Amino acid sequence: MSVLETSSSWRTTSLWRETNMKVRQAIPVTAELGDTSQLARFDGEVVCEPPNNKLDKFGGTLYWKESKYPLSNQNMLLRGCVLRNTEWCFGLVIFAGPDTKLMQNSGRTKFKRTSIDRLMNTLVLWIFGFLVCMGVILAIGNAIWEHEVGVCFQIYLPWDEGVHSAFFSGFLSFWSYIIILNTVVPISLYVSVEVIRLGHSYFINWDKKMYCAKRRTPAEARTTTLNEELGQVEYIFSDKTGTLTQNIMVFSKCSVNGHSYGDVQDMLGHKAELGERPEPVDFSFNPLADPRFQFWDPSLLEAVKLGDLHVHEFFRLLSLCHTVMSEEKSEGELLYKAQSPDEGALVTAARNFGFVFRSRTPKTITVHELGQAITYQLLAILDFNNIRKRMSVIVRSPEGKIRLYCKGADTILLERLHPLNQDLSSITTDHLNEYAGEGLRTLVLAYKDLEESYYKDWSERLHRVGSAPEAREDHLARLYDEVEHDMMLLGATAIEDKLQQGVPETIAILTLANIKIWVLTGDKQETAVNIGYSCKMLTDDMTEVFVVTGHTVLEVREELRKAREKMMDASHSVCNGFYQEKLSSKLTSVLEAIAGEYALVINGHSLAHALEADMEVEFLETACACKAVICCRVTPLQKAQVVELVKKYKKAVTLAIGDGANDVSMIKTAHIGVGISGQEGIQAVLASDYSFSQFKFLQRLLLVHGRWSYLRMCKFLCYFFYKNFAFTMVHFWFGFFCGFSAQTVYDQYFITLYNIVYTSLPVLAMGVFDQDVPEQRSMEYPKLYEPGQLNLLFNKREFFICIAQGIYTSILMFFIPYGVFADATRDDGAQLADYQSFAVTVATSLVIVVSVQIGLDTGFWTAINHFFIWGSLAAYFAILFTMHSDGLFRMFPHQFRFVGNAQNTLAQPTVWLTIALTAVVCIVPVVAFRFLKLDLKPELSDTVRYTQLVRKKQKTQHRCMRHAGRVGSRRSGYAFSHQEGFGELIMSGKNMRLSSLALSSFAPRPSTSWIDTLRKKKGCEGSSAGSPSGTADKTLRV
Amino acid sequence: MKNKTNVLPREGEAQPSRCPDNTAFKQQRLPAWKPQLTIASVLSSFFLTGAFCLTVGVCLVLSANSVREIQIDYSDKCSDCSKLRENSSNWNKECHCSVNFTLKENILGDVFMYYGLQNFYQNHRRYVISRSDAQLLGRNVNIQRSYCAPFSTYRNGTPMAPCGAIANSIFNDTINLFYNHNSSVIQVPLLKTGNSWWTDKNVKFRNPESYNLSSAFAAGTARPPYWQKPVYLLDEEDERNNGYLNDDFIIWMRVSAFATFRNLYRRVRRVRHFTEGLPAGNYTFHISYNFPVTRFKGRKHVILSTVVWSGGSNPFLGIAYLVSGTAATLTGFVITGIHLKLRKKKTYFQRRCESCFICLQRSLH
Repeated sequence: MSVLETSSSWRTTSLWRETNMKVRQAIPVTAELGDTSQLARFDGEVVCEPPNNKLDKFGGTLYWKESKYPLSNQNMLLRGCVLRNTEWCFGLVIFAGPDTKLMQNSGRTKFKRTSIDRLMNTLVLWIFGFLVCMGVILAIGNAIWEHEVGVCFQIYLPWDEGVHSAFFSGFLSFWSYIIILNTVVPISLYVSVEVIRLGHSYFINWDKKMYCAKRRTPAEARTTTLNEELGQVEYIFSDKTGTLTQNIMVFSKCSVNGHSYGDVQDMLGHKAELGERPEPVDFSFNPLADPRFQFWDPSLLEAVKLGDLHVHEFFRLLSLCHTVMSEEKSEGELLYKAQSPDEGALVTAARNFGFVFRSRTPKTITVHELGQAITYQLLAILDFNNIRKRMSVIVRSPEGKIRLYCKGADTILLERLHPLNQDLSSITTDHLNEYAGEGLRTLVLAYKDLEESYYKDWSERLHRVGSAPEAREDHLARLYDEVEHDMMLLGATAIEDKLQQGVPETIAILTLANIKIWVLTGDKQETAVNIGYSCKMLTDDMTEVFVVTGHTVLEVREELRKAREKMMDASHSVCNGFYQEKLSSKLTSVLEAIAGEYALVINGHSLAHALEADMEVEFLETACACKAVICCRVTPLQKAQVVELVKKYKKAVTLAIGDGANDVSMIKTAHIGVGISGQEGIQAVLASDYSFSQFKFLQRLLLVHGRWSYLRMCKFLCYFFYKNFAFTMVHFWFGFFCGFSAQTVYDQYFITLYNIVYTSLPVLAMGVFDQDVPEQRSMEYPKLYEPGQLNLLFNKREFFICIAQGIYTSILMFFIPYGVFADATRDDGAQLADYQSFAVTVATSLVIVVSVQIGLDTGFWTAINHFFIWGSLAAYFAILFTMHSDGLFRMFPHQFRFVGNAQNTLAQPTVWLTIALTAVVCIVPVVAFRFLKLDLKPELSDTVRYTQLVRKKQKTQHRCMRHAGRVGSRRSGYAFSHQEGFGELIMSGKNMRLSSLALSSFAPRPSTSWIDTLRKKKGCEGSSAGSPSGTADKTLRV
Repeated sequence: MKNKTNVLPREGEAQPSRCPDNTAFKQQRLPAWKPQLTIASVLSSFFLTGAFCLTVGVCLVLSANSVREIQIDYSDKCSDCSKLRENSSNWNKECHCSVNFTLKENILGDVFMYYGLQNFYQNHRRYVISRSDAQLLGRNVNIQRSYCAPFSTYRNGTPMAPCGAIANSIFNDTINLFYNHNSSVIQVPLLKTGNSWWTDKNVKFRNPESYNLSSAFAAGTARPPYWQKPVYLLDEEDERNNGYLNDDFIIWMRVSAFATFRNLYRRVRRVRHFTEGLPAGNYTFHISYNFPVTRFKGRKHVILSTVVWSGGSNPFLGIAYLVSGTAATLTGFVITGIHLKLRKKKTYFQRRCESCFICLQRSLH
């Protein structure tokens, strides 16, 4: 961070994520230092606040030459800022490295794991405990057996050397059993899980429906470890600018003198539906027109050409009343530099309709009005500020008339009109309502003719006030107020803050999927609320929208309390006081069961209080009871804190989505971070886990990929635990019959290959390819997403069911062959029950049962599934016969001692009947339970599958989808997202000599390159800490 | 903006498209079979399974019932001998005993004679590994490196042939069957070869190659400690049943899966009186009692049995099939009942789902 010492005159930086620039100035004493030799002698001392993360505040004092100069945020350049319109500046570094405000705002990078991962680790620990228990049981059994039976059997089988007691033998057998039964702890599970996740990540990368052709960016899974958590998201924290909106302002509609222009019309003059737009209006008559500007209503241009005075005045206002600066590099190639995109849009609109703002000096504005250059004398700019919510200019036309042009928020301006305007005002109000209903940002335009004498008097007073140091602001405000009065209404403009494609639909679907969406934005409250409406997060059906704007702890607490009370009152009237008694004790549960839809809008400064330790729970309860939550003016760190708060108390999976550097901390904090890869540089993408270029892809990422990933992972885990238990527990049962001697049931090669060859691929194929319902259905029925949020498909209960099934299978797998083999003989009279035949029988029936089970679990048999399942079975038999072949035995008699076993055992009808019986007894109950569950308590996905089956049979016709417009309420949206201060600067004329220079050196996306160099310098650390969260890269918006 | 316009066309020309391929595999649109549990498929599979199991069960039970089997526990009947064998110093004293029994009916067909052991843990891990397959293959190997210990070498270094606990503990009773026919005693002719698996006899077990079996073994090896005669004297009459290739030895070496087991000992040779099998009458087992079982609380049986296609007389498989067939069929009925009774509810569910679908569509647009 540096204090500017000297510089040209003013510089703008971008802070927050807003498009506008901020003014930063050197303090006057140092600004006059001038050349470098003087600078070198500068020996001031700065005393300032300790490092903190507040982006909008700085306090310090400069001691220089025995006098004190206060330093404020106005004199600071924050790390990550980009200088604009500034040729050079000298500064003093105050904080560097981790002390900078930017670094203080960036969150820590944490290792992200999914909840399934954590559950899996717990379960593996449990299984390990279970393994030890089994080992202990069998070791005790061994000690007892050796004591009771083994002792007598010693004539045939003496104890090993060194074993002198049954106890010691038991101890050894404990370790033997730990080794034998270790297959119950699924080591290969972790590898398989990673392989499946990798497959899912590739599917995300390959998804054509998440490819943005315009930006040529496919979706990218930047991590392969979080896929299944995408199917469990409950909270989405979204940035606004660049994520929900394109950050492009478009002059969309206007109302001039009671006539509304801008509706898209078809040939017959009816309002056209979306999607069937005719050709845009042709502006070729105007050589200075901006080719990118598009407008669809030709009647407005006709009105201009016909010379409608109102329309002319309307556009004249737009071309005069602003703080935009123009640059003309070559003749006719105009470039506007607007402080806010709204203004840029308005001036561009005027330009295309023939009122081209050409250039300005501190005292004049030159406008080409329908090809004719006219220079207006700029007398005053009555600058914008948050309280006035309007700006005006006073100009003297070439004819000498003095006129005041004003534009501002409708609520403010409509009150200041001349009474004559009543009729027009009511029509315009209707239009305003209509525009607001469409989510447009509206502005009202008005003018007023001023008498020469009045103006002289007024400007004199203004001059006096301007030079008076004390209470300047108040006096100015009063003067402005006085002149902006009794104005004549010209009309209204409506600017569309262009949403990203498909945002309202995505939000609607995600809301239906029971995902709560919170918008965290650095923007102003009005802008944020407006966007909330236009993307249907806030609707007029909502019972109430609470706005929390308190500046102190008490105010915020009070506002939150009131909001809760209101919500509870409403639910009381519904519940008829049923909750009355419980109310005090069970606040949360009441809030959960609230009737009606509410929304909460909270400001950054209030949020700072709400996030304090003693209020955070209160805030969270209130916020969670609301359908929609919008936090505006929040710092990057607050974004992360909000996410952290929800993570802490809600135990829900959170997803943060954003595109800019200020979202990095939030992206890092949330369980899943999604970066929008757009124009905003790459920091968000670098910090993210998933990235794509359109917000609308989020629904596909969650509802299709996430859902499938979760489903597949759960099915995979269930089956994996099942198959390992079925496999391993057989040894346990056999232990009771072989003197607990740690004799394995199977051949050693079967044990080695079971997990690697015989059973791994079918379950992998299921884990990668399985689908329960087609992708369209999961969009049509967002409720299908709910099992993931409720964690229904794999939890401890499901785990125990799998384990129970595995143990059940292992019992049958052992005891049925045991029953058959005891005292049995082959059909040629020889003994059947030899150890090797038993091993082959159990192994074969295990492989078959486990294969049938995977066949049951697989709901989506692609060719690959077929290949793997049948291939595994074939591989089993091929390997079995190879291992038991003569040739191998002759080469390695000690290794392949099962020679001839396969062909001798598997030639027995009894053996096959045993295998068949085992398979039937293991599988039939599973089928019965599954079917009864399906029949009696079908999940939504089952029903969807079923209805799909029925529908396919009936071949019902395609449902048509109808678009219906939403009638919205009127909101006083106003388009000024910029700051005050510009008018003064323009009038001061300081900037003029530099603006052209600044523009010529103006390189696109300096921020990005800056970040890149920073990252390179910082190396690996850069990726985590070097992502500037607050301030960077938003300059290139103009 | 300047930069962007510069970059984009170049990308378009030079770089390959980053758009993912539109293949069924990458877009997860592979054609697939989507099986579903429908009432028809589930019920049919249950009833088919039930029918199959019941049929197989009936067949198995019927055939198992047709098996004739006689099992005689002679571990107590020869109490003198068993007492004698309890003291291992009497190992070279012969002991004979006889066990009489009466066949009330003829046993027709092939009759097999088994010896059965109880409580003999042939499936103990240390027992199972205590053998040297290479040695049994007639190879000259260092059995010290196998798991034969402590039955690998004598103190003087002479290796045992065959080595290991399995071979050492071979069942060495000799059982002969006599038929008391009209006060004359006829020895039932018994076959002692052809009882083992072909692969065992021809692949797994080989005698050392030498012009003479006794010279191959006598030089440098000794019999296992519990054996009364060396391995090359197991069957002096038949060269192909001697040494490691002896059927009794091969059968013993194929260890049992459980502590109670029976091994095929002899087959009745169907000649003269016994062409049809064993005729009814009085019989006597003459047993040369060498194998001590009392020390490990074991029991010895001698068993005469016929076989059918499903093996011996073990009824377990047939009963298990009958039970599971019945269970599957009953489950089929229960499922039918539940399904019919709750059909109303199901349509209600469906209706609810349809309606929620409609709501959903409405709210979406």
